[in-house]
Amino acid sequence: MILASKSSFFALATCLCVVLVAPPSATAKTLRVITTLTDLAALTHEVGGDKVDVEALAKGYQDPHFVDPKPSFLLKLRHADLLISVGLDLEIGWLPPLITQSGNGNIQPASQGFLDASQFAEILEIPQGAVTRAEGDVHPLGNPHYWLDPDNARRIAKGIATKLADMDPADRAYFQQREQDFEKRLAEADKKWQAQMAPYRGRKIVTYHRSWPNFAKHFGLDVIGYIEPRPGIPPTPSHTIELVNLMKRENTKIELIEPYFDAKTPESIASMTGGKVVVMMPSVGGKPEITDYFKLFDYDIEILTQAFQQTR
Amino acid sequence: MRPSQMLFAFMVVLTCAAAAQQTANVPATGSNTDVSALEQKIRDLEDRLVMLEGQVRQLKAQKTSMPSEDTASPPTPSSTAVTPAQVTMPQEAGRSTASAGDNVRLGGAGGAAAKALNPDISVIGDFIAGAGHNPLNPTPAFQMHESEVGLQAIVDPYARADFFISFGETGVNVEEGFITFTALPSGFVAKAGKMRAAFGKVNTFHNHVMPWVDRPLVSQNLVGGEDGINDAGFSVEHIIPAPGKWFLDFTGQAFRGDSADVYTSSNKNDLSVVGHLRGYRDLTDDSNLDLGVSYSRGHNLFGGDFITNLYGVDATYRWKPLRRSIYKSFVARSEFIWRQQNQPSLLTCQSITCPVDPAAGFQRAFGFYASGDFQFARRWFVGGRVDRSDRAFNSHLNDKGGSVVLTYWPSEFAQIRGQYRFTRYADRINAHEAFIQLQFALGAHGAHPF
Repeated sequence: MILASKSSFFALATCLCVVLVAPPSATAKTLRVITTLTDLAALTHEVGGDKVDVEALAKGYQDPHFVDPKPSFLLKLRHADLLISVGLDLEIGWLPPLITQSGNGNIQPASQGFLDASQFAEILEIPQGAVTRAEGDVHPLGNPHYWLDPDNARRIAKGIATKLADMDPADRAYFQQREQDFEKRLAEADKKWQAQMAPYRGRKIVTYHRSWPNFAKHFGLDVIGYIEPRPGIPPTPSHTIELVNLMKRENTKIELIEPYFDAKTPESIASMTGGKVVVMMPSVGGKPEITDYFKLFDYDIEILTQAFQQTR
Repeated sequence: MRPSQMLFAFMVVLTCAAAAQQTANVPATGSNTDVSALEQKIRDLEDRLVMLEGQVRQLKAQKTSMPSEDTASPPTPSSTAVTPAQVTMPQEAGRSTASAGDNVRLGGAGGAAAKALNPDISVIGDFIAGAGHNPLNPTPAFQMHESEVGLQAIVDPYARADFFISFGETGVNVEEGFITFTALPSGFVAKAGKMRAAFGKVNTFHNHVMPWVDRPLVSQNLVGGEDGINDAGFSVEHIIPAPGKWFLDFTGQAFRGDSADVYTSSNKNDLSVVGHLRGYRDLTDDSNLDLGVSYSRGHNLFGGDFITNLYGVDATYRWKPLRRSIYKSFVARSEFIWRQQNQPSLLTCQSITCPVDPAAGFQRAFGFYASGDFQFARRWFVGGRVDRSDRAFNSHLNDKGGSVVLTYWPSEFAQIRGQYRFTRYADRINAHEAFIQLQFALGAHGAHPF
């Protein structure tokens, strides 16, 4: 114990010395960026390239509302130059204590190294008037699942590129060039996705949670109901029956669910309506092969179009 | 007109102008049918609109964090300026009006900007119904055990503050009220105020985050019970570089020296101190191990010459499969606590069982608990706890007990818990008790550290 504290004292002292002695690097540097979700990490990597060292806290197959604020995240946060969050209170249950405990003045809210990506994106479902929890776990600032729209991805990438350039002006041209390249590739990919989805525009679907409004808007899908009776409230029998009736009435077959939800209720709804449960990935890394933002949509659109074909 | 409103109006006018120019250009370029260029322009325009909307949201958020004397004036200029934008971009119209109310903050602050600087306010109610007989530690049939009001906000760019005011059955108590300096150099995090000391795990817990209705026997007997070591002072915390994937963190605290029956400060110099070293490691993505050693020292109620030393070891194992994190989890936790204290030797021999060889008023008491909590469905948890603890003032007396707990969450903001507790007190009294607890939260209660 004494030994441990002694060596840790030396380590601490060394650390302090390094901090004090290290010269401020005016030239190009590698920015250490931490993002809350993998999607933001993927977009940061697209524009930051090898000038940026980026890592996400949550896993792509994890419910982003309920992430444990593990101390191991502090190890990542304490040396970060930039923290990019989804915002709109998505991470309210776990990010604030991490930021407070990180001991990193750079990434505190409203400082230069804190970026709320929601400012760049088109936000849907902003509640009007008074908000109460009678509506469940409602997000008073609007729906935070906005990254599932390639248009928003483009806007966020642009915002991140501007931020990176502000923090590392020497690489401004590099970030801009990569951002433009990403934009071009995204436009091409989007054309392909739109073509794949074109036959199914206007189709009615139901989703488990309100996670897909931006996706539905982009591809012209019509979300008519939710398996959750209220956001964050697990399915109830009475609501499930209502939903089944609605789906039969509207001839709706497709249920979109995230990998972190229990498929039992959706499956039983599917058996009652002759429909199909489609487990779509809400984030990069949801499956090992989904390594970037393009593969995320490739994957989701592939399984969704297959499901549409099967339930014709 | 405030600067933010002017900027907003300016941006809207700019957008309209750009949109008007765009529509004017359509017939001219349309004949050349450069459709993709046109699409690109529309996309750019949309992006600019979304960006401007985002900036408006940011401005509003900034406005809420800046005092302004005219916040109550009706925002007519900006709302009339919104109208043309709604005409040009009909699909955005709903959003533009909707965003006018988006400074609604979690916690029910409403849209009124005058309330914008209020901290996040929360109230957590803790209602307990008890049945059974316990002559040594009686509990009423019904009690509004605690109403904890939380007030939390960022103070300035360098600090945040958290207040937890506890309204109990007998009175009001500042459970915690402290400022946290978040922007200190070299990664230090400092707190000053009244706070729960970083001694072990249970001592740091507020009532509503515990997996039980009560606190373990070892907390009751050796660490001050529900109040615990909770005192005015300051705290400094720092992450220590560690090998491998270990997270090491040291917390050092100094307090006035008044905490329940643990410490009493007879004069200004009778401070108490707490040191806590935490080691944490992710075993896999789904499981982790959290270890801690704690030490605390202070003066006890017999006067400045009488010292109490507390030593603690805590271990927590957590399992939560990330893919099913909202349905399944398991936490196993145990704390071992030793309490040594000097006290007048007379007291040692007053009780029923007089030690064979009384150690001149020096008491060495030990206690522990071990618990497991398993979440078996999205809203259901089952758990158990084994308790054992000597008594602080006569360590030859030894209490034992055990509990089983079932918890149900109607939503994230309410919780119903049933607990059966058996205690065998050293005085050869057995107590069988059952509790039903209702906890319910209003407003935005900030997340607690892991």
